Amino acid sequence: MSDGEAGGQAPRGGDLVRRHRLSTRIWHWINALTIFVMLMSGLMIFNAHPRLYWGQYGANHDRAWLQIGSIGDRGIVQIGDTRFDSTGLLGLWKDRDGVVRRKAFPWWATIPSSYSLADARLWHFFFAWVLAIGAVAYAAIGLVNRHIQRDLLPRRGELHPRHIWHDVKAHARLRFPTGAAALRYNILQKLAYLAVIFGLIPLVILTGLTMSPGVNAAWPWLLDLFGGRQSARSIHFLCAAGFALFILVHLLMVLLAGPFNEVRSMVTGRYRLPKERAE
Amino acid sequence: MITRRGLIGSLAAGAGGLLLSGCNRINANPGVRSLLQSAEGLTMRAQRIIADRSAPAREYGLADLSPVFRANGTRQPAGADYEAHRLAGFADWRLLVDGLVARPLSLSMAQIRSMPQRTQITRHDCVEGWSAIGQWTGVPLHRLLDAAGLRSNARYLIFHCADRYAQADYYESIDLIDAFHPQTILAWGLNRQLLPVGNGAPLRLRVERQLGYKHAKYVRRIEAVDSLASIGRGKGGYWEDYHDYAWYAGI
Repeated sequence: MSDGEAGGQAPRGGDLVRRHRLSTRIWHWINALTIFVMLMSGLMIFNAHPRLYWGQYGANHDRAWLQIGSIGDRGIVQIGDTRFDSTGLLGLWKDRDGVVRRKAFPWWATIPSSYSLADARLWHFFFAWVLAIGAVAYAAIGLVNRHIQRDLLPRRGELHPRHIWHDVKAHARLRFPTGAAALRYNILQKLAYLAVIFGLIPLVILTGLTMSPGVNAAWPWLLDLFGGRQSARSIHFLCAAGFALFILVHLLMVLLAGPFNEVRSMVTGRYRLPKERAE
Repeated sequence: MITRRGLIGSLAAGAGGLLLSGCNRINANPGVRSLLQSAEGLTMRAQRIIADRSAPAREYGLADLSPVFRANGTRQPAGADYEAHRLAGFADWRLLVDGLVARPLSLSMAQIRSMPQRTQITRHDCVEGWSAIGQWTGVPLHRLLDAAGLRSNARYLIFHCADRYAQADYYESIDLIDAFHPQTILAWGLNRQLLPVGNGAPLRLRVERQLGYKHAKYVRRIEAVDSLASIGRGKGGYWEDYHDYAWYAGI
């Protein structure tokens, strides 16, 4: 495999260039595993009490803003006072053996696949450490080697509405950057990654800790920050939905931008710059 | 011919199907389980580092009380013995404090209710995810331990309960850091009433910085021990023994 990087010359479309640092690649693949374990074991934990509340307390007698359950032979998702039929997907579904189960999330979406709050907690709290340690290490390394400042923080002009709108239009028409421009993240990528790394990840960790009675004793300000343990649980769940949405869009963009090239760049660090379009 | 692209594609497709059955096999693997369980010790040590041993759980006001305090787990212990105590208003119920103590105690409910008491409005967090706020009244556990004279080799307290849950007698255990915490009480009152049967009458443990299943209900004996190994199946509690719940339920 020849390396297309010509010494001294600006990289052009078709060149194979160095794109992702080792630390970025390692963190990416640890997270790829961790986030699926966290989401799927989290859904099993949710299954133990498939209701969400706002405030300090909340149990079966209290008003839930979201509830997944079943009535008769129908699966039901209830948000506020509005009910949606979710038979077969949520609340009432058939397991692998065709047996009807009345749990919120189905077997294929949870770890483990048959109901076990205890086992889901083992997975969730082990990988919570992986997530938290990884995030702190990434942030520390990224600040020291200036990856965050150089590659992720928006540059002057990039936050201008016209520039952002231009990028939105380009994405909508699936016209991704080519040539040397593809070396850098575009502003929508930057905003998405920043929102996840400095928004969702800290938020999901802090709301998770707010659910811990032990951490509440050490850091009671967490309860005030999120408005109570049950509010924190609701926000934690909404963060999980945010991660699911991010993963969906992320995988879609990988597919659209050329999965082989994208996956290679995240495995080996090498990326072939897309050829410039003949305009 | 197998191309690299084709190989990656079919690996990805196959992984989806294999993942689930693979996951269940991984979940059942003893080595994996003990690796996952090792996080419990890390969590406990981390919480003990960030929280002082007497750091209090938040206390709430009367306006914060849950309208209905949910009862969970055993709501009505089976058996003629408990039923007779219930009908008699627990007049003959006795709490034993024994094991590694200098002076074993056998206390009636009247004696316990006449001891110095503490009332606290705290949040009860079930491992399932729900929370309820209640006002608890009871005797601080350290008063019983001081009266009994804990021996220096005692490391844990076992709470033997009057209920059976599914296949075994319910029991729980805590270490001495939690036992001597000022908010750790043996509660006989909930929301200014005597403790209802569903919530553990006549006596239950409140160990406020841990999850609900640690708060043993229907307590009839507190045993001081130097190790959890010889009690039950050795993991320190019913849920720990039979369902692999964490012994340290701080999260």
